[in-house]
Amino acid sequence: MMDQKEQLSRLLLKAEIEDFLYHEAELLDERRYEDWLKLAADDIRYWMPMRRNVKFGEQQREFTRADHDINWFDEGRETLERRVRQIMTGIHWAEEPVSRITHIVSNVQLLEAIPSVDAAAEVLAKCRFLIYRNRVETETDILVGKREDRLRRVGESWQIARRKIILDQNVLLTKNLTFFF
Amino acid sequence: MAAAGYRRGLVDLSKGQISREIFVNDEIYAQEQERLFARAWLFVGHESQIPNPGDFFVSCMGEESVILCRDRTGQIHVFLNSCRHRGMKVCRYDEGNTPVFTCPYHGWSYGTDGKLVGVPYFREAYHSKLDRSQWGLVKVAQLTNYKGAIWASWDPAAPSFAEYLGDFAHYLNQTFDGWDGSDGGTEILGGIQKWRVPCNWKFPAENFSGDSYHNISHRSVDIVGVGPSGSGRRDMPELNLAQKLHIAVPDRGHQTTAYLLPQAASLPPAYQHSSVVSDYFRECEAARHRQRGDWGRLITLVGEVFPSMAFLARQPRTIAVWHPRGPHETEIWRWFLVDKAAPQEVKDFLRDYYIRYSGPAGMTEQDDMENWNYAHAASRGVIARRFAYNYEQGKGTEIEHYEHEGLRLPGVVVDLTQAKSSEHNLRNLYRRWAQFMEADSWDDLMAQPHPAGVPQAAE
Repeated sequence: MMDQKEQLSRLLLKAEIEDFLYHEAELLDERRYEDWLKLAADDIRYWMPMRRNVKFGEQQREFTRADHDINWFDEGRETLERRVRQIMTGIHWAEEPVSRITHIVSNVQLLEAIPSVDAAAEVLAKCRFLIYRNRVETETDILVGKREDRLRRVGESWQIARRKIILDQNVLLTKNLTFFF
Repeated sequence: MAAAGYRRGLVDLSKGQISREIFVNDEIYAQEQERLFARAWLFVGHESQIPNPGDFFVSCMGEESVILCRDRTGQIHVFLNSCRHRGMKVCRYDEGNTPVFTCPYHGWSYGTDGKLVGVPYFREAYHSKLDRSQWGLVKVAQLTNYKGAIWASWDPAAPSFAEYLGDFAHYLNQTFDGWDGSDGGTEILGGIQKWRVPCNWKFPAENFSGDSYHNISHRSVDIVGVGPSGSGRRDMPELNLAQKLHIAVPDRGHQTTAYLLPQAASLPPAYQHSSVVSDYFRECEAARHRQRGDWGRLITLVGEVFPSMAFLARQPRTIAVWHPRGPHETEIWRWFLVDKAAPQEVKDFLRDYYIRYSGPAGMTEQDDMENWNYAHAASRGVIARRFAYNYEQGKGTEIEHYEHEGLRLPGVVVDLTQAKSSEHNLRNLYRRWAQFMEADSWDDLMAQPHPAGVPQAAE
């Protein structure tokens, strides 16, 4: 049994992480991409594997590997910054006119706190996402999946050090991925 | 031909006009499935995806799901992925290794050589009379391994792949050979991208045939720079020295964009950020020139093997196949190639670049998909369909016997060095497309006249 103090610390930390993730989603949905970039650590790894249909018992082959295979995304800060700059040119036709996007983040779980819940300098948080994108007239995409975020405390806030994005699709049912997960 | 579907004149290359019907018409789409995809040679996969006996990779030929697999003896096969008994897919995994494909519906099972090896209640229900030798998986009529790339056709009357390629082999080679010129010296990186785009499959096919005019749509990525040295899209310093060419093989329907360097040129340094990478490419360039002689001056870039396989032979080095999914939808599959012999650092560097360039998350291709999507959507209405697309760019500038400093290039060439752009390659694609829609036999298809650089068929 956790004592009450530890339970309380855990609750506070979880609330803090949830607030951070909601704030992040807010920045993305409000198209404040440059502010959003400030939440990314300099050494961020942003990874979204592709998913294969594999035989039961061979799940280790389900996901393409970071730093090894082709993935949907497997990149660092430099490329993320370029993506933001590309949108900001105003002539990135895949996002011009810009899409209407809502990120719904839920099922937040605190998987790890280092060194401790009381004095967490780094946490691993898992959540579910639902991204709704609607653009031009009727074009609509709904992308649902899981995310694992390794967050690092920086002063009063947090930064994303690693983001693993698990989309629940095999053939990607969206023509392009011009937005952030 | 049925009046509602394909008819002569929809592709009018004498005027340089093509009717929108060929992109949006349901009947024409259905005819394409028979006349193109059931006859032509199609790219299925790469041998490096199935190195061991029992390895399989589920691919597509047009709308059809197929299994590319290596049997117990090491032989490569391509089968229709559909049980002979009641049609269920016998394999719903993307790839793996198996001794046998067992249908989940009624349990018929097939060896990796396609033979029917297991039938539940064979003795009791079939009284041992079912002729199992006649009920193996449906095999493609023809299959070939071309420098590690596996191609197949459903048509036993189709010419050999070598004849189907014709002179285009000179240009396709660079995709599958090592950058140093070594025969078939490439391998596939793990992970095949698959995604859907709401447009007719011919939009990407024409784009990759050499739509040199659409560069303007990539202006945003050129500004931010995704190239290997952080500028532009591809960072090609050699381009400033080279002749830029459109090369089309008119009697085959294949076409590519290429750069031809002057004989005396020493290549400007590339991939400067990493000495391992720049050294590797410099050594490869030198080796290719030694091995290919004068042909080492030619660098193919983006091209298309008729009807639906596209390649980028330089970096990012990729293969794309446009799988039709109805007239208004395409499923794109993308393979990524690297030199087998390259150091790991080079492979990692290229993989990084490939991902940020290509595919639905690729900063270059995202804009392509937007164009294909809405060009298609805006062409579907009955009014829109009355107005043909314009393909007259560069008409009359074709060179039948192109030669540069003693190197004679097969095919019909348009020199873009001054002209910047032409639609020569696109016309070549649709000329062949119309021939396939019209010709009933391979004799007709392989004997198309093409005098003086302005081929006549379907005009």
